[in-house]
Amino acid sequence: MAMMSETQGSSFRLSMLIYDTRYRSITIQIIFLFLMMAGAAWLIDNTLANLAEKGKDIDFSFLWARAGYDINQRLVDYTNDSPHWVAWVVGLLNTLVLAAVACITATVVGVMAGVLRLSNNWIISKLMAAYVEMFRNIPLLLWILVIYAVLTEITPSPNQFRGDNPSASMFMFDSMAITNRGSYLPSILFSRSLGDVNLGLLTVGVNSLVLIAIIIASVFGYRALQHSAAATQESTGDRPVTWWKSLLILFGPLILAMIAMGAHLELPVLKGFNFSGGLFVRNSFIAMWLALTLYTGAFIAEIVRAGILAISKGQSEAAFALGLRPGRTMSLVILPQALRVIMPPLISQYLNITKNTSLALAVGYMDLRATLGGITLNQTGRELECMMLMMLTYLVISLIISGSMNVYNNSIMLRER
Amino acid sequence: MSDTHSQTVAYVRDSMLPEKSPPSNQVGAIRWLRENLLSGPLNIILTILSILIVYVLVRAIGPWLLHSIWNAGSLSECREILNGESGACFGVIKDRWHQLIFGFYPPEIYWRPVLTFVLMLVAIAPILFAGVPRKMLWFSAIFPALAFWLIWGGTIWFTICVLLGFVVGYVAFVLLRRVSDLFAVIGAVVATVLWWVFLSGPLSSELAQILPLKIQHVKSHELGGFTVSIIIGVTGIVMSLPLGILLCLGRQSDMPLVKWISVGFIEFIRGVPLITLLFTASLLLNYFLPPGTNFDILLRVIIMVTLFSAAYIAEVVRGGFAALPRGQYEAADALGLDYWKAQRLILLPQALKISIPGIVNTFIGLFKDTTLVVFIGILDPIGLSSAIRADSNWNGIVWELYGFIALCFFIFCFSMSRYSQYLEGKLKTDHR
Repeated sequence: MAMMSETQGSSFRLSMLIYDTRYRSITIQIIFLFLMMAGAAWLIDNTLANLAEKGKDIDFSFLWARAGYDINQRLVDYTNDSPHWVAWVVGLLNTLVLAAVACITATVVGVMAGVLRLSNNWIISKLMAAYVEMFRNIPLLLWILVIYAVLTEITPSPNQFRGDNPSASMFMFDSMAITNRGSYLPSILFSRSLGDVNLGLLTVGVNSLVLIAIIIASVFGYRALQHSAAATQESTGDRPVTWWKSLLILFGPLILAMIAMGAHLELPVLKGFNFSGGLFVRNSFIAMWLALTLYTGAFIAEIVRAGILAISKGQSEAAFALGLRPGRTMSLVILPQALRVIMPPLISQYLNITKNTSLALAVGYMDLRATLGGITLNQTGRELECMMLMMLTYLVISLIISGSMNVYNNSIMLRER
Repeated sequence: MSDTHSQTVAYVRDSMLPEKSPPSNQVGAIRWLRENLLSGPLNIILTILSILIVYVLVRAIGPWLLHSIWNAGSLSECREILNGESGACFGVIKDRWHQLIFGFYPPEIYWRPVLTFVLMLVAIAPILFAGVPRKMLWFSAIFPALAFWLIWGGTIWFTICVLLGFVVGYVAFVLLRRVSDLFAVIGAVVATVLWWVFLSGPLSSELAQILPLKIQHVKSHELGGFTVSIIIGVTGIVMSLPLGILLCLGRQSDMPLVKWISVGFIEFIRGVPLITLLFTASLLLNYFLPPGTNFDILLRVIIMVTLFSAAYIAEVVRGGFAALPRGQYEAADALGLDYWKAQRLILLPQALKISIPGIVNTFIGLFKDTTLVVFIGILDPIGLSSAIRADSNWNGIVWELYGFIALCFFIFCFSMSRYSQYLEGKLKTDHR
């Protein structure tokens, strides 16, 4: 006992910093902190010395200078007289649009391929296995180049649509043309225009805004209808018939508004050496979109397959024992549980799509890397600032996607008592 | 009993009837077809659709492959032989395969990368397969230095002096172990680094003057093709696993400072595309280093690729740790093991086993991502395919080159994923 109290009462010795577990972690952290700070100071010192040697400084004012280059796909008002920061926004929006459409289509393709790979049908499951292995084991860059080559080498030139006996023809009742320059699709025009609104960078027709507002209102109306139907089912046991009401709520106001505003399709027409009118989608965009869709779709297919296989067989047997039909077993029992397994890796696939849009460099799609990290960087010679801004932008996009998807993931997670 | 029964009830049969063959639609190919292809309306539609897809693919690619030309010196010669028919011109592979594989490596010393590749297979064999003698691990340990010397050439003394650094470190470790384990580790690291920084350079040049054992030096920009992909890929894989494990341990550390720095590093790397890191390596790294330093672009790329995949591996291994039952940690504590022993003997082996599929997926991703180096001017296979197309003989050739590159990548990545499945099966301990 005397020994014990002696050791406890003994004063602090320097060797305890290393041998006593209570103090050792603090020692290690302090040493670590010093090393990190020394490293950081060394890097900053080097950077400053290098900048001074080259006669440069860190200055972001170039963002307000005239950009002086054209961007072939722009979602906001941009000319070559616009400043560099608008070019940055244009590139950012192009990245986001590509990522968003690729995420949606990759999910659709992936879920279909994953479910079909588990099908009893021998030939389709083997076909899907071949698709998944093909795309997972060959680099994305190669797929982008191959698909871009298909689009530019195999599709006809606009020239071939001309003449009395053309060698190429348009699709879908002469409304779509796929050429080696890009695809021409019909677009919607309004004969009764309600004017334009200028939102700073963006000029939007009031007609489109009205349509968007109607769609949002319809979706809310549809959800309210479903809620009231569920409430009726809870109280009475009978589910009221809702399908025609839902269709009416979802599409009725939209169609009425479109008729009222005089909506009509504008078809692409061959004029001279090229098509005009309609919506023009560049091959670079289509190639990136298809490649990202098919490549990530293969990964999502494996995630979906693993998720479905992770649900124990007892679950579907229990559902059958309760008298549920196979379709309802899938939608009410298997999928909600599989979703919990699928969701976290699916989020990281969405992040991968967003990051992989930077490969657009290979086909010349004007994304964030091509505007801010490409032409702006080369024109202004401000590598440090441009790369920092670009990395920061990607980082913020990634954090926003993973943050919002994690919120959704938490909402579907199993709540244990 | 049964005897009396059969006698009293006369109509009970006392011998088996011969088995009848099952109905014709329940056997053989017909039954298989009915069950697997035509079991319902949806299945019939799917079957017809798949057959259509296969037919279209075969129709498009089949004749092209069947009419392939292997003996031609240029695309126009190919087209002459084909005479208007559709056909692949694999003459380009025969003509340029050496470039796709070795880049601009001097042709008279192609044996060096080939020998390195064969030795690499020998070196990784004891790591991959338990049946190979354990003594071969010594060869695996010296292989990196040997490979460096074989690929880049120069004097062998430099390689030997770098290897001697490890010997110096080991000697320091043995000497200091009598004092304390902690001092021994620190002393070994310090001794090795001091040896490399101050002694190995002068010593190797001295030795090279006395006895110049050297082979032809090859510069980094002469490397290319699959050689460069494999160099970046394999080095990245080998270095990113330990670094990733360290990062993961850092992320789970009780020390807040270490933890937050690890978290920041991992999230930063995972939040930006690899291509921006590669551009940083090629454009910005000179800013961060002392003025006048300029080190090899290939080395910079390898460092970036390693850091990139280490962050991903850290997250995969963290998943493995999360799947471990809490009891394993408590059992390790109850045995009185310290942190490193508990990690090394109990926790890491189990966590790594669980995360094998994820780790191998990261490796496959890393190997595929080596194609991105084309954007910073390193001539990997994709970069060389455009270089070959720039030649007037092969201007306009696309599918054959892409097909060849894709096939090579497929073989590498597919064998990696098969190996991971084999390893998973071998290490499986649950008896389900």
